[in-house]
Amino acid sequence: MSLLEIRNLSVDFQTAHGLFRAVDSVDLDVSEGDLVAIVGESGSGKSVSMLALMGLLPWTAKVTADRLVFDGRDLLTLSAKERRQIIGKDMAMIFQEPMTSLNPCFTVGFQITESLNTHLGGSRAEHRRRAVELLDLVGIPAPDTRLSAFPHQMSGGMNQRVMIAIAIACNPRLLIADEPTTALDVTIQAQILELLIELQQERGMALVLITHDMGVVAETAQRVVVQYAGQQVEKQTVEGLFSDPRHPYTAALLSALPERATSKRLPSIPGVVPGQFDRPDGCLFHPRCRFSTELCRTEAPPSGEGVLCHYPLNKGVPQGHPEAAGEKV
Amino acid sequence: MSGQRVLEARDLTRHYLVGGGLFARSATVKALDGISFTLTAGKTLAVVGESGCGKSTLARLVTLIEQPTSGQLSLGTADVTAAKGETLRKLRQSVQIVFQDPYGSLNPRQKVGTILEEPLLINRKMSAEQRRQTAESMMARVGLRPEHYERYPHMFSGGQRQRIAIARALMLNPDVVVLDEPVSALDVSIQAQVLNLLADLQQEFNLAYLFISHDLSVVRHIADDVIVMYLGHPVEQGPRDAVFANPQHPYTQALLSATPKADPTQKRQRIKLTGELPSPLDPPSGCTFHPRCPFANERCRSEAPSMLASQGSTVSCHAVEEGRLPRSSAA
Repeated sequence: MSLLEIRNLSVDFQTAHGLFRAVDSVDLDVSEGDLVAIVGESGSGKSVSMLALMGLLPWTAKVTADRLVFDGRDLLTLSAKERRQIIGKDMAMIFQEPMTSLNPCFTVGFQITESLNTHLGGSRAEHRRRAVELLDLVGIPAPDTRLSAFPHQMSGGMNQRVMIAIAIACNPRLLIADEPTTALDVTIQAQILELLIELQQERGMALVLITHDMGVVAETAQRVVVQYAGQQVEKQTVEGLFSDPRHPYTAALLSALPERATSKRLPSIPGVVPGQFDRPDGCLFHPRCRFSTELCRTEAPPSGEGVLCHYPLNKGVPQGHPEAAGEKV
Repeated sequence: MSGQRVLEARDLTRHYLVGGGLFARSATVKALDGISFTLTAGKTLAVVGESGCGKSTLARLVTLIEQPTSGQLSLGTADVTAAKGETLRKLRQSVQIVFQDPYGSLNPRQKVGTILEEPLLINRKMSAEQRRQTAESMMARVGLRPEHYERYPHMFSGGQRQRIAIARALMLNPDVVVLDEPVSALDVSIQAQVLNLLADLQQEFNLAYLFISHDLSVVRHIADDVIVMYLGHPVEQGPRDAVFANPQHPYTQALLSATPKADPTQKRQRIKLTGELPSPLDPPSGCTFHPRCPFANERCRSEAPSMLASQGSTVSCHAVEEGRLPRSSAA
């Protein structure tokens, strides 16, 4: 049985102009030791879906799901108190901005021992010992003295390590990392990713990695979910996604990467991700898709075989497409 | 068409004085220490490095926002370092900049038209009608529609705002455009659009680009020449293909191998850099890279290397000079 099971999760935000659907029927299964990447552009709902899981969305958000089960417990019916006992202990999250997600008023040591104190109990001396151990584990030199440092006294990479230390303090079984390296330099990014993968492999922890960087996905994940405008458009293994993308969006996204470019001009995707007011009918990607037909404009695509498209690609050729037989992306 | 030298920098240095409170002693930050390059019309020079390496200081010097502490900067035939007053004001028109954050670099209270016409209003003697025409033709050029003239920046997406910022930079027909991380705040699909636009504009107006970025895949795509910087010093400088195919400096090699590649089949041996960027207030002795360098020896710890020609590039490394570096496999 899988550790985390999400079926048909949707999140609607109450706005001044009515409801806005940020996440649209998302499914996800994560087992122990899995490494799943959720990739998408800004506004694709990748963070919001995971925040909904953690129960961290504001009251304006309406979360609905058929199933939202973590470790056999239904998160939808759980009381706030019961939920708090799971979050931070069995299920933890790392946020994007290490500089702003730590509390500037408290020392690093306090912020680490806080979650230990809340979830595990024990004496202060034990907490302190554990905090030193954690800082050492995430690769912070001189952890003893760092416990009394404030976040502003450390660099972004160091702060991100502290965030990871806090997240893994209670040995979580599921760790959600929301763009953990976006704000960091590449050499530090490599260190942090290596650390996360090491933790995932050594502890059998499940890791959900949210990112917009295809390079990070290629180098770390086993399975990939591609999101577009709140919908999951493609679910694949990493190898499959990069060698034979099934959804036209994934294919276009990959060929827009500068490192895959064959000429000076990059094959770009026209237009922008639809917002609240220009949400198209039918397939959400059709205004930007080069294969779109009348069917795409009027009817939402069926979700089958891990791809949300009327004409899923096979080796770059849209299957069942009326005209474009043999045409390549 | 190209080939004309439009900007030349020699041994540019910029130091900042910091601190100096009641009890604290003031200190000098060497934000930029001895960088030389030339910009050629129609070509792109990319500057790469991590945060704190002096990329943005370089942008401020080249755009004449700040004066260098020492060294020479000349634009065309004019020496900028000696220029003052009216001459400096004239020179500034030929260098323009596009900033990283399109949300912060446009005045939210000005309409697009006002934003684009402001450089003309200040620097050119034009009638309102002429200004409007110039602005509208530039908008068409960067892919904005005429009705956008009356709109405010908040009504645009990130990619379109960056188009506005690019249009603004081109209003005075500059020779040099400094692009300070112009696409790093944008999504991949939008990034491709903006990079294409930049390439088109470069060709059309024969612009020299100084492209500042930390994203090596973008640099590899757009640059003709590359400078890799570390803690205010250039460590490797050369044509793009030489730098990417045959990185010589240990830092360049590490940087290249740390950049994730969008290809899961290619599992590479990663060169691990330990530690973090040292504080520029207290830079290491000798070669500034030595505390993180796997090949550092006694000479690296005591003696600062200088830029020397090596296999088509110039590299600042004792190990490269002495030939005691193993051949790289990072490319």
